Amino acid sequence: MDSIILLIGITLMYSTPLIFGALGGVISERSGVTNIGIEGMMVIGAVAGASASYFTNNPWIAFLVAGICGGLVALLHAIASVSFAADQTVSGVAINLLAPGLALFLCRYFFDGAAMSPIVEKMPKVFGDSWMAGTVYSNLNVNVTTIIALLLTIATWFVLYRTKWGLRVRAVGEHPAAADTLGIDVYKVRYVCVILSGVFAGFGGASMTIGIISQFTQTAISGHGFIAMAAVIFGKWTPFGAYGACLLFGGTQALTVLLGGGSFPIPSQILAMLPYAMTIIVLVLFVGRSVAPKADGVPYIKGSR
Amino acid sequence: MEVSSEYAVQMHGILKKFGVFTALDHVDLDVKKQTVHAILGENGAGKTTLMNILYGLYQADEGGIYLNGEEVKIATPTDAIKHGIGMVHQHFMLVENFTVTENIILGDEVCGAAGVLDMKKARQEVQALVEEYGFDVDPDAVIEDITVGMQQRVEILKALYRGAEILILDEPTAVLTPQEIEKLIEIMHDLIAKGKTIIIITHKLKEIMQSSDECSIIRRGVYMGTVNVKETNETDLASKMVGRNVNLTVEKTKAHPGEPVLSIQGLTVKDERGIDQVRDLNLEVRAGEIVGIAGIDGNGQQELVDAITNIVKAQAGTIKINGEEVQNTTPRNTYTHSVATIPSDRHRWGLVLPFAVSENTVLERHVDEEFGAGITLDYDKLKSYTTELIEKFDIRPSGCEDERMSGLSGGNQQKAIIARMVSAAPNLLIAFQPTRGLDVGAIEFVHKTLIAERDRGAAILLISFELDEVMDVSDTIAVIYHGQIVGTYEQGTVDENELGLLMAGGGAK
Repeated sequence: MDSIILLIGITLMYSTPLIFGALGGVISERSGVTNIGIEGMMVIGAVAGASASYFTNNPWIAFLVAGICGGLVALLHAIASVSFAADQTVSGVAINLLAPGLALFLCRYFFDGAAMSPIVEKMPKVFGDSWMAGTVYSNLNVNVTTIIALLLTIATWFVLYRTKWGLRVRAVGEHPAAADTLGIDVYKVRYVCVILSGVFAGFGGASMTIGIISQFTQTAISGHGFIAMAAVIFGKWTPFGAYGACLLFGGTQALTVLLGGGSFPIPSQILAMLPYAMTIIVLVLFVGRSVAPKADGVPYIKGSR
Repeated sequence: MEVSSEYAVQMHGILKKFGVFTALDHVDLDVKKQTVHAILGENGAGKTTLMNILYGLYQADEGGIYLNGEEVKIATPTDAIKHGIGMVHQHFMLVENFTVTENIILGDEVCGAAGVLDMKKARQEVQALVEEYGFDVDPDAVIEDITVGMQQRVEILKALYRGAEILILDEPTAVLTPQEIEKLIEIMHDLIAKGKTIIIITHKLKEIMQSSDECSIIRRGVYMGTVNVKETNETDLASKMVGRNVNLTVEKTKAHPGEPVLSIQGLTVKDERGIDQVRDLNLEVRAGEIVGIAGIDGNGQQELVDAITNIVKAQAGTIKINGEEVQNTTPRNTYTHSVATIPSDRHRWGLVLPFAVSENTVLERHVDEEFGAGITLDYDKLKSYTTELIEKFDIRPSGCEDERMSGLSGGNQQKAIIARMVSAAPNLLIAFQPTRGLDVGAIEFVHKTLIAERDRGAAILLISFELDEVMDVSDTIAVIYHGQIVGTYEQGTVDENELGLLMAGGGAK
């Protein structure tokens, strides 16, 4: 019983950064822009969140700053892939190569050459710090970012499926020329969606560095963005699907922690591979079957119909 | 012509250049209110460009647009919609996984507070529109589940929902069965009665005769005049469009079929999603006959051709050429069995556009001894061989051996493919949409070549989405529906309506 509660608690904790990243992926790809740069945007969010928390001592402000910084990186991706119709994968890869270097540079710049930040103020827990302290139930006292992730999932679903903006986003991702002939500005919709995806990814990075751990390290974000992208595909490009997929991947990570702490004679290196191995297995089994938005990854050029 | 409020649309002195190419050279168009006005021209004549200018997708370099006698500026489709112009594009502008209602309201949504969609009210509005115009469309149906004819009605509804008074239909019949075409013409006359004005772009003469009041003709970007449809006939329209007399009927003698060359038995082919596209199909083509396959796009034609040419695997069944089984081998094996294929999409399959014309004429044949020994290619031989073909098949411009294939016009590219295929003197010639995108003159050439090949003794398998083509050229007509041959007829023993019914799945097997 105790280990089940522990598993639930850790699953929720580890899935939170993935959920933010995956929501970003959903919103960008639904508008027809592949965003492989989620990883890089999360790294920038991670360093921005930790640094801002250090300087302001206010994790809420830091969380917002992380989102803004993620959005700024995404703006680069939008300029390249929407305005200049560049190959979206190449642009995303460029961001993924650029971001870790930039993050390390910023970290060394802010913290006297250190490769990691000092311990900073974290986002609060849902029920306050002292709730059930010392018992196994304190594991269910999740970070407030976990709740924000759930609310954002609901909000994203509502906007995509219940508002006119969502209808337009989905139309642009499926058939941009059709949207264009009805007077919808394809470029504007895509810009907004790509920037929002960066904001969400920034939140994801911050939910790691000021939610789970309380500092920025170079390995804080290591492949989370890519796992989030796998969750987008596994979740069939829907907010709740992605949410569920992230819980699965987070659960695998939790299992790694649990098994590592137990008496099972499994080398920790093997255990650490679990979430990534799971990602590959899921992708192999499901990628062929789920259907991406039709115009996903295809730059829209006016007049070429 | 004077600008007057008697006319719904007037476009005067429209000039449009793309780079150095003049697409429209001071074209005039005057469309009377409450009429169906056809714009006739060959492919590339500029008729779609003219309509794209009216719909705000392009800007004219010179000239004025007048609606009901008032000059207007149309810079974007949004402007056009505001002025009551709606356009149904040749390739439908519909989001396939949206419902009919969602597609209709897109961009002009019915909303409650804060942009939240009111789908119930939207549905009612669409339903009211459907009833007003008597369209047979379910507002809740998803686009990919409904027929092409219904999709077209959704496109018309989209325009009407936005209050269109002037409807532009771009090649509206290209994808329809004969029954659907009849229904469309009915709808058009209904709309006229309700006060709308319709402009229809087409190169099909028969439909102009059936549907239109007046017809303006454009030839190579130049306005050739407007005729009253009641006072003209098809032959007259054709010669005005092409600029010379054209023989619209296909002339051929009776076929004398010999031994079977291609025989297919129980063929089943799945597409990449694992869905059966060809199901237990049987077909035979004999030497010296043309078997034409009629059917609507997407009923397994592509998969059938791909299986015969060994581009995809067959799940079951046999394909025999001259008695030898060739299924599930290699494309090269098909070729060595003396099969030549004119592909449906010459840019995707038939040609390498950045290559020289001479290189293109030996694709497939490049391994033959004739064009070089061992691993080398004899470029001099290639060139002299190409020169021969250019002369024999009248590929223009002459002396284009070293030009890039992409520089040739569509008709000449098609001639180049046909030259390559026919010069191999194949036992079986597969012609898949051989006249796609060609003008009347080039179509005449393709049909003559197919018949000449037949008379040489080749077996010809003609697959076309143009029912008229199948009916005119074939000796035997087979109808494909849902991956099966659902009917086979001798030429002349069946009419368009019966075939149309079968093509739409309306006949018993």
